[in-house]
Amino acid sequence: MTHLDELESQSIYLLREAYHAFGKVGMLWSMGKDSNVLLWLAKKAFAGHIPFPVIHVDTTYEFPEMLEFRAWAKQHYGLELIVHVNEEARARGIGYETTDPVTVTHELKSVALQQVLGLHKFDALVTGIRRDEDSTRAKERYFSPRNAEFEWDYKDQPPEFWNHFTTEVGPGEHVRVQPLLDWTEIDIWRYCDQEKIPLPGMYFARNGRRFRSLGCMPITKDVPSTATTIDEIIEELKVTRTSERAGRAQDHHERNAMQKLRAKGFM
Amino acid sequence: MSTPHDHLYLVVVGHVDHGKSTLIGRLLFDTNSVPDGKKERIEAACKAEGMDFEYAFLMDALLEEQAQNITMDTTRVPFRTPRRQFTIIDAPGHKEFLKNMITGAASADAAILMVDASEGLREQTRRHGYLLSLLGLKQVVVAVNKMDLIDYDEKIFARIRTELTEFLGKLNVQPAHFVPIAAKHGEGILRTSAHTLWHRGPALLEALEQFRATPPIEGAPLRLTVQDIYRFDARRIVAGLVEAGSVAVGDPIEFHPGGKRSRVKTIESWPASNFRGPIGAGLPVAITLEDELFVERGQIGAPPTAVPVEAREFTARVFWLHAEPLRVGDTLPLRLGTQQADARIVAVSRVLDAVTLDASLAPATEVKRHEVAELRLRVRRPIAFDAGGKIPSLGRFVLMRGRRIAGGGVIDSAVREDAGRDDTLPVTPASRTTLLGHRGAVIWLTGLSGAGKSTLSTALEQRLFRAGILPAIVDGDVLRAGLCKGLGFSDEDRKENIRRAAEAALLLADAGAVVITALISPFRADRQLVAELCGVRGVPFAEVFVNAPLAECERRDVKQLYARARAGQIPRFTGIDSPYEPPLAPALELRTDLEPVEQSLEKLFVLATSLAHETGTPFADSGADI
Ligand SMILES: Nc1nc2c(ncn2[C@@H]2O[C@H](COP(=O)(O)OP(=O)(O)OP(=O)(O)O)[C@@H](O)[C@H]2O)c(=O)[nH]1
Ligand SMILES: [Mg+2]
Repeated sequence: MTHLDELESQSIYLLREAYHAFGKVGMLWSMGKDSNVLLWLAKKAFAGHIPFPVIHVDTTYEFPEMLEFRAWAKQHYGLELIVHVNEEARARGIGYETTDPVTVTHELKSVALQQVLGLHKFDALVTGIRRDEDSTRAKERYFSPRNAEFEWDYKDQPPEFWNHFTTEVGPGEHVRVQPLLDWTEIDIWRYCDQEKIPLPGMYFARNGRRFRSLGCMPITKDVPSTATTIDEIIEELKVTRTSERAGRAQDHHERNAMQKLRAKGFM
Repeated sequence: MSTPHDHLYLVVVGHVDHGKSTLIGRLLFDTNSVPDGKKERIEAACKAEGMDFEYAFLMDALLEEQAQNITMDTTRVPFRTPRRQFTIIDAPGHKEFLKNMITGAASADAAILMVDASEGLREQTRRHGYLLSLLGLKQVVVAVNKMDLIDYDEKIFARIRTELTEFLGKLNVQPAHFVPIAAKHGEGILRTSAHTLWHRGPALLEALEQFRATPPIEGAPLRLTVQDIYRFDARRIVAGLVEAGSVAVGDPIEFHPGGKRSRVKTIESWPASNFRGPIGAGLPVAITLEDELFVERGQIGAPPTAVPVEAREFTARVFWLHAEPLRVGDTLPLRLGTQQADARIVAVSRVLDAVTLDASLAPATEVKRHEVAELRLRVRRPIAFDAGGKIPSLGRFVLMRGRRIAGGGVIDSAVREDAGRDDTLPVTPASRTTLLGHRGAVIWLTGLSGAGKSTLSTALEQRLFRAGILPAIVDGDVLRAGLCKGLGFSDEDRKENIRRAAEAALLLADAGAVVITALISPFRADRQLVAELCGVRGVPFAEVFVNAPLAECERRDVKQLYARARAGQIPRFTGIDSPYEPPLAPALELRTDLEPVEQSLEKLFVLATSLAHETGTPFADSGADI
């Protein structure tokens, strides 16, 4: 058994536990590489059938190419897709043109997520976050409870061991199920390669640049790269000295910006 | 590319502030594993906190952690050397965060136990050492840190090595190496420090590279943990995890608890189909069966020739994490694999101080937070498991309190209870014991009128009932109004009254109840007779002296009996004009005038539960002819 087999096995175990434990599960899908790995794992966990809806929180600042991929994948995988926009915030004029990126991220992602959760009464949200992305994500649990105010009580997280998790929530609360926590960026790429998982073309170099992580258009920067295949991407990652989310402005706004965002419900 | 089992999960444990996070931070920095910009951000954070550069901040990323320079929650970071890949798990050392330490350590293959050379062994050094052994972690390296503070003194290093080797030896943990380091200064990590040329062993990183990832258990039979049954279409898919052994199409398979048997018809996989196996240990699986069996979540699939143990009662070593102690009689959800069942704490055989390794001698009634204990547990319905470490993941469980995991345990062995299994056998006292989870007993309360017998008997009845033990009361007043109607207060009648009370109590105890009698029963000889009767019938018996001085009873005089007796309206009233002979060697004496009811009740409860769980061959001689 390879390390990828171990990771895949653990993720599938977590997905099945979540589906069993909770009444209404939803899976977040941003069309990015981690999200697509998540879809793939769900297909495997449930013998080719994804038994819960897939949610895209659309900030309205999505790359057109990603939206094209969304339409294609919905068809290809037969997804039950929920697309949600925080229309109220957009109507108030919240946007990157007028507002700082932390507020925009909070409104168009965290608050939007809260809205879609309330609308569909989800008690579990499957997300594709990984520990190696950010040092507060490194502190996460596989099953991580959020209170009715959406807050993460990182100071007193429930114990979790021997494959036993927090599987009950109170009214209005939900659990973030995080099957990719133990994966690294390179693991994700190796797995995409091994399984031949379809991905948006923006991850691969064109004209000497590629995207390493995909978020909102105005705050996501591409990086110089010549990697046009997964093998080349992996070779590049082995020697890179920059962090994956360096191109995401909202993470670096102030000291521990991510911790503050995440405590209030951001992924 | 990945080669099989090259990835090691490594946890760093030890007392608070002994340098665990610093070591990990330093390891990452010194091997160039930290992205650009990180160092500057940590410098800024240290400056904001008014500190020198702290390598620990790489792990301790929360503002609260940085402000106090302490690790609160466990972190995992990937780490790679040219030779192998690691996931390093940082565990907090502060006692307050033990739950997080266990969360981190439980999935590790190997551990670094950190000791501050200037402080030596401290409370969590030992407790973490104990927990490593309980978690089944056998690969351990000890890093003796902060050698700079003791001038890299070999003697102090050797003393710590001796002391820790002895302590861990008692736990069956043999550290592979003791390595002197100064994490903060990067000494002894990648190569042996120039200050410790006396050190014969490897530098820390070399020692870590010698560890092995936990391989799957060799030659174990199939253990398929059933997670769920899916009916998305016409197929009825049994989904789960292969914990041990392997499974292939055509294999006979039996599901426990229950023992239903079938064969594997198909393996359902995606995107590839028509895969016939075998699927090996550690992998997820989805199968369909040849027969329409009712299989459910929680069951374990196994070859019919090598099935897991099925039992309702077992002994286990448990660590407790919840602020509220775990008490004898508590019933709480137990989870083992995907099985869940309510479990009752039958007995606490001993509580161990994980720091001194001193065990309490007497059976205890509770296990406090952070204590380790040997328990007997009983689940409401049979569960399937593999005890004694054969297949570790199927021999350990967690206990829930509310929504949280409150403790974890490792099963030592099942308590045999063959009686009552076979339904062709007659109902015997032993099979009743199996049904109820305890045996019948007689707790005989004796004492003056007004001493508190009835109060205590009803309180004990409630307490036992709540603890899942079937109680019954035989009360003097009730008997005199019915079964013993017509008996007076002559010595002869008193004797007959006691005899009938004893017979009534024995009938109830034979049926399995823990009987509490509340009778004045003033004469020693009569009570002696009851004790003998119980002995003959094999029912545990205890005489309890409910003792309040006559003056106090007379002052209470709830039923106004003393007043009437003094007025000559009740002849031969015990204490007034008929003697009371106090017990010479009661199992328990309760001074109800000196201690509050709760205190007496607690003592009674301990006595009652110990009688109810008394072992031996209780019903041997006379059980058959009841
Ligand atoms: N002098 C000296 N100080 C050290 C050394 N290693 C760590 N320290 C200091 O010891 C203090 C505690 O270090 P940490 O790494 O936070 O300790 P820890 O074991 O992770 O503590 P908890 O996680 O809170 O249990 C910090 O101020 C470090 O700078 C060392 O080798 N020498
Ligand atoms: Mg620390």
